[in-house]
Amino acid sequence: MLPSEFRNARRKALLALALAVAALPLALPNSYTYDIAILVGLNAITCVGLNLLIGYAGQISLGHAGFFGLGAYGSAILAARYGWPAWASAPAAVAAVGALAWAIGRPILRLKGHALAMATLGFGIIVSIVLATEDGVTGGPDGMSVPPLPGIQGEKAWYWVVAAVLIFVVWLAQNLVDSPRGRALRALHGSEVAAGSLGIDPAAHKLSAFVLSALYAAAAGALSAHYSGFITPAKSSFLHSIELVTMVVFGGMASTFGAVVGAALLTTLPQLLTVFKEYEMVLLGGVMMLTMIFMPRGLVPTIGRALAAARGKSL
Amino acid sequence: MLLRAENLSKRFGGVAALEAVDLALAPGAVHAIIGPNGAGKTTLLNILSGIYRPDGGEIFLQEQKLTGAAPHEFAAAGIGRTFQNLQVFFNMTALENVMAGRWLRERCSLAQALLRPASLRRAEQACREAAAVLLETVGLARWTDARADSLPYGALKRLEIARALATEPAVLLLDEPAAGLNATETREIDELIRRIAARGITVVLVEHNMKLVMEVSHHVIVLDYGRKLAEGEPRAVSADPRVIEAYLGAQAC
Repeated sequence: MLPSEFRNARRKALLALALAVAALPLALPNSYTYDIAILVGLNAITCVGLNLLIGYAGQISLGHAGFFGLGAYGSAILAARYGWPAWASAPAAVAAVGALAWAIGRPILRLKGHALAMATLGFGIIVSIVLATEDGVTGGPDGMSVPPLPGIQGEKAWYWVVAAVLIFVVWLAQNLVDSPRGRALRALHGSEVAAGSLGIDPAAHKLSAFVLSALYAAAAGALSAHYSGFITPAKSSFLHSIELVTMVVFGGMASTFGAVVGAALLTTLPQLLTVFKEYEMVLLGGVMMLTMIFMPRGLVPTIGRALAAARGKSL
Repeated sequence: MLLRAENLSKRFGGVAALEAVDLALAPGAVHAIIGPNGAGKTTLLNILSGIYRPDGGEIFLQEQKLTGAAPHEFAAAGIGRTFQNLQVFFNMTALENVMAGRWLRERCSLAQALLRPASLRRAEQACREAAAVLLETVGLARWTDARADSLPYGALKRLEIARALATEPAVLLLDEPAAGLNATETREIDELIRRIAARGITVVLVEHNMKLVMEVSHHVIVLDYGRKLAEGEPRAVSADPRVIEAYLGAQAC
């Protein structure tokens, strides 16, 4: 395959995603299914960002639900307590989360190995504790209500908002992956010492992927808060961080569409199998283990390779 | 002198890997660093590329002091390298490996990367072409779009050289480029090193294959137990009784 064909393939995949998203409402009979579709979209936004960090830069984060929660609460608090309009509070909250990610990422990302995983784990737990205990501002474990986005009402309208944001952020992510910076990230994942020998500053590139993935999570969080009109600290929990990582790994690391597919399957599955609701963590753990054993590349890259092999193309 | 080092020393625990080594490398020549196993050759290369920080001594490239700089700063100053144990990006194609090497020459801001303006698209095209030319230079044109993990061992060695050349280095450090290669492949590497030197790139070669070293290098430095034992023209060095003793002694073990 020629590189130009790779880019065409990416463009085709983006078009396919846009068509799928545009056609999906035909298969959505009621507002409950719309609600699931919106949840899928929000998780997909977070996962596409998280995949830049995990799949491309090769760094693990176990605290991205924290960024999601801060985006949600940040925008909710600005809108509910300070009367900001949602179209201003959401970008402000997302930008603030980006600045926070930069500030905590800078020292952490100079370290190697599992330091980042441990530090993000701690960060996520701190965020969920703060959100649950600062009840004067956040409403504590009971949560708080959030003003709606002006002019956007009902699941159908929200579906299109989330769909547009998802397609936009997928486009951004694909551009990044296919740029000199994207190659630098993949180079870091391939061999950090070799990347350094090419003049690629490991700490700076990991930091940019970390901040970008935090921005994606915060944007999804802010949208989620204004969509549901009510938030609790549950979505910023460690559990949700693990769900997000599982979606990325299951869908396929270093595959933007893998992240979308992973988010779609692992968000809908528990909704459809409501009997398993109480066993959700068991289900996630099982999915993670089976993915690691039988398709360590994840769903989409594995299928992609199988298809290419069937067509007799060299990989 | 292009690359100069004074009084370099490096200890690992109680073991002195390098002791008081001075280097002065003239531009445009092929310098070989030889010595028995454990003599400190790779340690020296790792210091000259910033991977190890020396415990003592200074490094200068064109009189710019590099001591204590990070590896990516050594690369930005103009020192490229390959690795003894391959460090190929196996998650990319051969062409992408070399394109990654163009980072210092064709970098872009995060905003450009995300929005992909027309200027970046043009730069990417130029980058692709430059990388393809380099793959051809090292004789890997037919592997251009193959995934790096599908390349044979000898090709991977040359892929690392192409990737290092993509940074347009003033000095290229080659860590055992012929290790594990057969006679034909070694001859190809020999010829490639000559062509690189002919472009005016200063080559520093760590190598066990004495035939290769004697053929391509202008200047040989012999290390033994972390110290510089001898240096000079290949013929003079190979006739040096101290060098012969160090090698025979090492082989007798």
